[in-house]
Parts: sequence; C-alpha cells; structure tokens
Amino acid sequence: MDENLRKSIILEHYDNPVNKGLVNADGYVRINMNSSSCIDNLDFMIKIENGIIKDARFDGEACAISTSASSIMMNLIIGKTVEDVKKIINNYEAMINEQPYDKDILGEAIVFDEIYKQANRKKCALLPFDGLKKILQQDKE
Amino acid sequence: MDFNKDFKILSSGVVYLDNCATTLKPSAVIDAISDYYMNYSANANRGDYDMSRKVDDKIKETRQKVAKFINAKDPSQIIFTSGATEGLNMIIKGYFLNHLNKGDEILTTKAEHASLLLPWFEVAKKRSLKIKYIDLQDDLSVTVDNVKKGITKNTKVISLAHITNVIGDVRPIKEIIKYAHDNGILVAIDGAQSVPHDKIDVSDLDVDFLAFSAHKMLGPTGVGVLYAKEEYLKDMEPLITGGGMNAFFDSMMNVEYKDIPEKLEPGTPNVAGIIGFSKAIDYLNELGMENIHKYEVDLKKYMVEKLSKLKNVIIYNKDVPNGIVTFNVDKVFAQDVAAYLNKKNICVRVGSHCAKTLSEVLGVKNTCRASLYFYNTKKDVDELVDALDNDNILYDSL
Repeated sequence: MDENLRKSIILEHYDNPVNKGLVNADGYVRINMNSSSCIDNLDFMIKIENGIIKDARFDGEACAISTSASSIMMNLIIGKTVEDVKKIINNYEAMINEQPYDKDILGEAIVFDEIYKQANRKKCALLPFDGLKKILQQDKE
Repeated sequence: MDFNKDFKILSSGVVYLDNCATTLKPSAVIDAISDYYMNYSANANRGDYDMSRKVDDKIKETRQKVAKFINAKDPSQIIFTSGATEGLNMIIKGYFLNHLNKGDEILTTKAEHASLLLPWFEVAKKRSLKIKYIDLQDDLSVTVDNVKKGITKNTKVISLAHITNVIGDVRPIKEIIKYAHDNGILVAIDGAQSVPHDKIDVSDLDVDFLAFSAHKMLGPTGVGVLYAKEEYLKDMEPLITGGGMNAFFDSMMNVEYKDIPEKLEPGTPNVAGIIGFSKAIDYLNELGMENIHKYEVDLKKYMVEKLSKLKNVIIYNKDVPNGIVTFNVDKVFAQDVAAYLNKKNICVRVGSHCAKTLSEVLGVKNTCRASLYFYNTKKDVDELVDALDNDNILYDSL
C-alpha cells in the first residue's frame, strides 16, 4: 500500500474514530485493556446475540496506532458472526507477526501490514484484537 | 570530554535520554564483571581458599567505597540489596511495620514512585496507619512550610524521594530532616534519583534511612544499597532469611542471626554486580559528583532554552535545577512522540513514570521525559530539538 494512503487512513480513524464512547446499556461484555509496557488504556464493550456481533464500542486514552486499530476493528466486526470474527483475529495476528495471512478479510486493517518495522508498536496494533479475543472467551463462559 | 571510548553504545549514534530509568555502563564496569566470571568466580564467605578470599575482599572493599561515597560512619551501615525497590521495602516492611501502631501517620507526597508508596500502602493497611500527603506548590515542589503544616502529633515518619523521577524537583531534605528530628519524627528517603547525580552526605543530612540503585549510576542491574543509622539496622527484621545471614540454629528452632550487614543480606550476594558497582563508583569519583551535577544543570538549561523556542512543546519543569526535562508535544499523545523520536534513534521515556498518583496534581496523565547524564552532549540536545521542531510529528510517527 502507498505510504501516504496508509498514513492517511490511520490518521482519519485516529481523528474520527468509529464508535468511540461507551454507552450505559445492558447486554454488553466489557473489558479494560492496558499494557504494562506502554500507556495505552482502552475500554471495549461488545454486544453478541445469537452468535453475531450486534454492536461494538471503545473508549479511553491511547496512541494513534491503538486508537485507529480499535476504530478499524469496530467497522470490521459489527454484523459479523463470531466464527468470522475469530478468522479475522487469526489473520490479523498472523499479519502483525509476519506470518502468511488472507488480506481479503482484513479490510482497512491491512494498513498495519508493516507495523513489524516498528517492533515496539506491534503491541499497540494488537491491543484491540487482544481485547476482542478476551471478550469472545468471556462470552463463551 | 569524549565518553564514546568508555561507553561503546554511544558510538552507535543513539541519543540516549532515559538516564532516570537506567544509565549506560562504562567498559570498566563490564570488564570487572567479566573478570570475576572468567577468573575467580567463587562464592563469598568461604575464605578457606584464595579465590573466595578474593571475592570477600572485593565485597568488603566495595562496601567501604560506598560508605565513603555517601559519607556513612561505618561500612556495616551499607547493606547490599537488589535495588532501591528492595531497599525501600526493607525499610518500610522490615523496620516500620514493627515499629508503628494504629493511628500513626506517615507523611509523604503524591509525586512519589510506586516503590515507595506501595510498600507504605501495604503497611498502612496492616497496621491501620494513616497516609497523609504534603501539599505541593504550583510547580509541584515541596516546601519545608508545607511539611510543617502536614505534621500532627501522630506523625511518626516522613518518607519521600530526595529528587522525584518525573519532575526532578530537589526536596529540601536537610531542613525537613532537622525539623522532623526536633519533633521526634524519623525520615526515610528514596535516593534513587539523587545519589547518582549529586554529592550526597548522609552524615551531614543526618538522614535515618536511604535507599538507592547501582544501575542508575553506571553500575549493573540487580544491585542497590540500603543505608540506615546503625541502631535502626540492628533493629530491622530481615524480610528474607536463610544462608549467610544466620549465626546459629538448631532443630528446636533456636535461631540466632549474624550482626549487620550480614543479617540483612541473605543468600549468595550478587557478587559480580557488587564488583561491577565498585568500578562504577571509581568512575563517578574520578569525574567528581559536584562536576556531574553542574554539567547536568547547565546542559538542561541549554535544552530548556532551545526547546522553549518551539511553539509545539510544553515543558513542565523548566526551572528545576537538574537534568530532567518533562514535556509534551501539543496535540500529540506522548507515546506517539516517543515512537517518532525512536525512529530518529532518540530514546526518551513516556508515561506516568511509575508515579501514578502525580497525575492527580500535574493535571496530565502522561508525559515524555528526557533525562540527562554526564555523557550527554549539546549535540544530543540539538538532535532532540531538531526532531521536535516539526509540525507533523504525529504523521511522521506512523
């Protein structure tokens, strides 16, 4: 992807994040994600009904990478089945970790396909997806 | 002076501005550690053969050197620890846990490091003590007047850093200690940021307890020092018991501990670390602590002067006389600033700097911190300033 396009997508999501701001409503699974090695601190809330992600929101203070990755993730998962979302997570993690992956299911999240070049920001890009994984785990329980 | 010869990392071109976190190590320290492992890596306290005798001599020599470095009356008052965190825990849980009672008050501040506050919180909960915070000035400094205002008839201990790790303000601890002692109050000081950067004289300060780390003053990680007045060390409970610290025990559970310092140094000491630390102190003595302090203060002035000209940089501690500059870039999250600087091979620390309660008074949660040491140069500062003189830091951080 063109460098400038990549950056402008990230910045667009950072400046105008999708579904940023939590709501006071029932039926959501919530989680706080913060990293001990950096200062990202984000809350996520996701509503799952009949195996489908009905809604997803996030809020908090975080860097441009974590914030835009969260925003992109919102677009990517709402309306999808839990099974599809699991595939997205696996492919996204593979991309971040320089493993083979299917870019067709990652949408705008492919803007992070070169984040490995800034190794210390990999955890920022992974943070929302780590949170999502934990939420799916909790929802199962 | 050109330090590139002694600090190999510097020749890589990296601009290392995270000296509050840890300092680089000169070759003399690294070589001494290698020499121990290569040529006489015996255990301590087994003086039956020459190699072990040599280890004992080195540890003894380092203890004397440290005592002289901070002007302690006796080397037995120098307890080797794993670092300032352990030292502070020993002071608070090994001594004060057994000497404070329900309702007693501890006076500290909201600008302290987790390593001081968390052990106090633990002991306060266990003993039903009250933690009180000294009011900070607008510039977040501590004044003797505000200390006096915080003292009540129940105040038993004043515990704070000599120099804080976020703002770097120097507390008037000599005056605080004098006033505390006049009122029967003990003082426990976190010296992690002061001992490496200025001449500290524990006898002149009359401080009761002091802890600091070797790795913040050219030494290896995993070594630190606990200093206290003799009577308090003798009365301190070891947090860890075992080999090396007992004089006698039998199956009936009769146990006798050794005297200080051994009583408080259980297990095999960090021999290599202590030997490396000895060379670190030699290096600092050679340069002179007063010179180091003056150099850092001057270099910070230079940095503040240059940074102040940038419209996008907010500095939180301009006038504090030390080598720490705490700042943010307008409208850019601190971590993005650090990621951007990292791309330019400049190392700064970002975050709350382990002082999470400070955000309650500072008003911002996260900052960038550039902290200097004597091997930093005007060129390092210029590189930082040039990098920050950019309206597209966020864009360029990606």
